[in-house]
Amino acid sequence: MDETQGAFLELRKVTKKFGNFTAVDEVDLVIAEGEFFTLVGPSGSGKTTMIRLLVGMDQPTGGDINLKGVRLNDVPANKRPTCMVFQDLALFPHKSVGENIEFPLKISGVAPDKRRQRAEQLLKQLRLPVDYYSKGVNQCSGGERQRIALARALAFDPDILFFDEPLSALDFRLRKTLEKELKDIHRETGKTFVYITHSLEEAMVMSDRIGIMRDGKIVQIGTPAAIYNDPINRFVAQFMGEVNTLEVESAGKNTVQDIASGARFKVRAMPDGFTKGALIIRPESVKIGQSAAKLPNRVKGTVYNDYALGSRVQYQVRSETGDMQWLVERLQDEPFDGKAGDKVTLGWQTEDSILVGD
Amino acid sequence: MQGQANRFLSWLRQPGVLNAVPASLFLLIGFAGPLLMVFGYSFMPPKTFSLFQEPTLANYSSVVSDSYYISFFWSLTLAAATVVILFFICYPIAYGMAKVFGKWANLITVLIAVPLLISENIRLFGWVLVLLKNGILDGSLQAVFGFSASGMLYTVPAIVFGLVYVYLPFMLFPLVIGISMIPDTLKEAASDLGASRWEVFREVELPLAMPGIMIGGILTFILSLGSLAESKILGGQTVVMIADDIESAFTFAQNWPKGSVLSVLLIALSGTIVILLFRRIDLDRIIGRR
Repeated sequence: MDETQGAFLELRKVTKKFGNFTAVDEVDLVIAEGEFFTLVGPSGSGKTTMIRLLVGMDQPTGGDINLKGVRLNDVPANKRPTCMVFQDLALFPHKSVGENIEFPLKISGVAPDKRRQRAEQLLKQLRLPVDYYSKGVNQCSGGERQRIALARALAFDPDILFFDEPLSALDFRLRKTLEKELKDIHRETGKTFVYITHSLEEAMVMSDRIGIMRDGKIVQIGTPAAIYNDPINRFVAQFMGEVNTLEVESAGKNTVQDIASGARFKVRAMPDGFTKGALIIRPESVKIGQSAAKLPNRVKGTVYNDYALGSRVQYQVRSETGDMQWLVERLQDEPFDGKAGDKVTLGWQTEDSILVGD
Repeated sequence: MQGQANRFLSWLRQPGVLNAVPASLFLLIGFAGPLLMVFGYSFMPPKTFSLFQEPTLANYSSVVSDSYYISFFWSLTLAAATVVILFFICYPIAYGMAKVFGKWANLITVLIAVPLLISENIRLFGWVLVLLKNGILDGSLQAVFGFSASGMLYTVPAIVFGLVYVYLPFMLFPLVIGISMIPDTLKEAASDLGASRWEVFREVELPLAMPGIMIGGILTFILSLGSLAESKILGGQTVVMIADDIESAFTFAQNWPKGSVLSVLLIALSGTIVILLFRRIDLDRIIGRR
């Protein structure tokens, strides 16, 4: 995507300081119209502050926020064409489902019958029964409340919709369902969505592009695939969940040496000037048993735990030298069927060696 | 018969029932008993002191002929004025204490609560010294600015001032609790959805603060309705409030049945107003439980 041509929301050196603490540190970011962009970061990375700056609940201490070429910095939240779905949803408990959804229309002076029409339309679009119109919001389940909050935001008809981890309080299955529904709504409405979450997995499911935040800066931006395959540093790589990490140093062309055990491994490419860093191998890239024998990178070890995870099996393997702990995943239909105590060979392809500097 | 008695005994032996016995007895003797006696005396012949006579409605008809409705009118008017003034004074302070002042709110709480340790009458006599002709306020104004404010004591505004001053904590603290229970994100969400400050107040803050407003309003209304020290001390003989009439009927006039009738009517009046208010405003719905 050409980033400057599609500029819809544009941030230039946006900074927010609270006293001596810099929550958002000179962030440059361009988001295109219609994009689903997700900011991912651990708590304290500045992502919530960032979204509060974008919707106008806080003012940046430096830099510019432009929407469609118009500077937004000094526009108060209620005058901005943006809208946010809050982490706690912020539904009005004294209003019915319908009154909640109609709220932005009531504020902008739409006639009552038109409001109701639009509210019922939105209820249908979000797969809620139309007779929920007069129901109390606190009588609705977590998933329903989620949809009501989204309907209310859509009724506002914003240029950009922001989401502040609205799914984080829900159970796993409901979250998965709503992630897909949100993606559907994004496609149906064609609106620009900016989502923040601490879960990279959640971001991968929904987003067109992902930005990884750390200490007030965006450390990597890219498509989910690009971030998954080419994490820019150890932080991003480890953020993606359970991975095998070895501390390595350079040992010649496209070869690294494990500092603890002295074992050598092949990597697909070594960054210029690389001396020391981390070798990352994803559990699903590591083969075990027969299929590992012919692979260029191999380690011998002993299985000391196996976990059946439904469609896949996860093994924990301790290498012979005792210095490496391995996490290996295999699909149910692959041949290996080892148990704790078995001696095994682990192996992986050169292109599955991900090398990141410090 | 035997079985019923046993069932009653086993019901009585439950820990909850046993624990409730002392408080229930106390309430029966100290609260329900006197109320029933007052109700009973209201039907006894005027100026008698026994509960066991032939019931009569004479006292009720004399209330109308003796124009006690004027006292009722003044009590209702002054109580209503007090509630309205208190709301406008207390809301901004309560908002500040709940959302703005932070740790200073505790200091303000103490400053407002400490005067409650001193008798209401003594505090009101303090205000007499301030408002008196040639008193602290009048004297200071004369000495410094050369003009007099001598007519302040023994007026209706002085009574309202006294009521507002004495009952301020009873409006303020329920409001503080009511306002502090409103999540800030609700107001942020309303503003984010396009609402101006006034619309946020009207659509979100005020309806959600309503339980606190109602409780503060009812407390101060009932207290003002039954007050007499303010009208006697700061109002002199300007107006007579109904509680004043009740007190004179029981003491000076030695007419217990008359005092009882007025008490019964006052209780009925305040009870009706409270019930009507609670009917109109559904607290459960406001808090979102229904």
